[in-house]
Amino acid sequence: MKTDALRRWLRIWGTREAYQGLLLVAPTLLWMTALLIIPLLLTVVISFGGRDANGDVVYGFSLANYLRLLDPLYVGILWRSVVLAFQTTVLVILVAFPIAYFVARAPAGRRNAYLFLILVPLWTNFVIRIYAWIMILRTQGVLNGVLGWAAGLIGLPFQPLDLYPSPGAVLVGMLYEFLPFMILPIFTSLEKIDESLFEAAADLGANAVRTFLRVTLPLALPGMVAGTILVFVPVMGSFIVSDILGGRNVVLVGNLIQRQFLDARDPAFGSAASIILMAMTLVVTIIYTRRFGFGEEIVRA
Amino acid sequence: MTKRRSPWLRLTALLIYGFLYAPILVLIIFAFNASRTNIIFKGVIAEQGPYRLEQDVVQSAPCGPFHWFCQLPNNRELVNAARNTLVIAFTSTLAATIIGTMAALALQRYHFPLKTFSEVSLYIPIVIPEIVMGISVLTLFSAVFSYLNTALPAASRLSLGLGTVIVSHIAFSVPFVALVVRARLHGFDRSVEEAAMDLGANEWITFWRVTLPLIAPGVLSGALLAFTLSLDDFIITFFTTGPGATTLPIYVYGLLRRITTPELNALSTLWILIVFTALSVSQLLQRRSA
Repeated sequence: MKTDALRRWLRIWGTREAYQGLLLVAPTLLWMTALLIIPLLLTVVISFGGRDANGDVVYGFSLANYLRLLDPLYVGILWRSVVLAFQTTVLVILVAFPIAYFVARAPAGRRNAYLFLILVPLWTNFVIRIYAWIMILRTQGVLNGVLGWAAGLIGLPFQPLDLYPSPGAVLVGMLYEFLPFMILPIFTSLEKIDESLFEAAADLGANAVRTFLRVTLPLALPGMVAGTILVFVPVMGSFIVSDILGGRNVVLVGNLIQRQFLDARDPAFGSAASIILMAMTLVVTIIYTRRFGFGEEIVRA
Repeated sequence: MTKRRSPWLRLTALLIYGFLYAPILVLIIFAFNASRTNIIFKGVIAEQGPYRLEQDVVQSAPCGPFHWFCQLPNNRELVNAARNTLVIAFTSTLAATIIGTMAALALQRYHFPLKTFSEVSLYIPIVIPEIVMGISVLTLFSAVFSYLNTALPAASRLSLGLGTVIVSHIAFSVPFVALVVRARLHGFDRSVEEAAMDLGANEWITFWRVTLPLIAPGVLSGALLAFTLSLDDFIITFFTTGPGATTLPIYVYGLLRRITTPELNALSTLWILIVFTALSVSQLLQRRSA
């Protein structure tokens, strides 16, 4: 096997095709190596280093940064990020499923229009979308205004709710941010289901609930798996939503990393936190894809 | 799968669409708010005339209801940010489209050493959290700059700015362009190229006169994707930008921590409108060429 690969490798080298192919791919290789691979390796190296009094990186080899992450303060931050990512994912699945099901069962001619409508909000810049949620959730904001008006109609006393900034606001912001990433893969799975399966289930005496649990849900699973990866990984690394909608109290790994690089000026510690974040998301992705497979859903999304 | 749908499903779907669109509607409505503090909607500016403000509520303005839209060009910070955003998006799109198309051709048609490595490297930006990419690139730039700057005269010291943002935007756009163009090349009928060669065209002419026109829709949609990714990017820009290179998303983020006026809503409305139009046009183009 090994010699075969080697022989093929040698045969490719030096041919005109190899030369042309390499030339075409050279700029990409340059960019990917210089701006992705080397920076990532550098981050790994720096995570074992330290800092001097000016906040500049000092290269070295110590596990101090990783040990520092074991401090209950930082373990708490990591744990909170995982919990939030988990909560967001579950919430997103619960909201995405019905709408994906609705679109998949719509008449074929309308499906594209319905999908288009789901994608439009995704195209507005996400900083703008966060701003919109501030306008809705703040104490004198739109939601409290609507609730106060509704309470006034039926003659109830109304105290404006303290919705922003809060952990709940972060969850709503995350849900809004990532909903389309779950809807699309679930839709892709559901759309593929053969209609005759439902008829077969009905013929065999299954009621609607049973059909849903035994036919629809298992067949939608690949979509949910793909969606979970598309949602979980970015939520784990996000820092803007929590920064703005959560106020000072919601600190996630993303916020921790960002502060080490921009305010606290301890890049070595920030790098260690980044490596841990990357490791955690990679482990989740690998376990998940091993367990459930890596479908075309993720590619299409 | 088409089947009868229960009214409950319709209602749920309607509610979720409402959830998706309510924030956008709120944004647009408040762009016409007469109240400068923009917390409570105080009606639109009905009167057209000289600018008059009473208790933080605009009574009349030269542009009438579109007052906040008319104010946008007067805001120099914002105009600069818009210009930076466009410069970055155009430059990085042009470069990423050329580089990505070349890579797609190489990966789809040639056998060469490092092919697997090239393919794998294109997937890195998709599986790595964006913040990790952002801080890694920042780390690289600061390491390289602090090394080079000891040798450079004070006047030509390197620092973060438009250049670093553009270079980083190219890095995350190339994989997407390559992916889209490759998909187009996948169903390519190579006999037309052979025909061109048989008729005496060399490889170069064949590429320009036959291959490129045929894959143009793929290249164009790859370019549009790169353009929107660049316009929209926050995280990578956040870590690689420097003084004088503020983009619109960064500018808006800075405003969110201060008091916001309906001007921000006007900007958002305009932005949504432009992106919506651009993407609708690209959808139409794609459908026509498909």
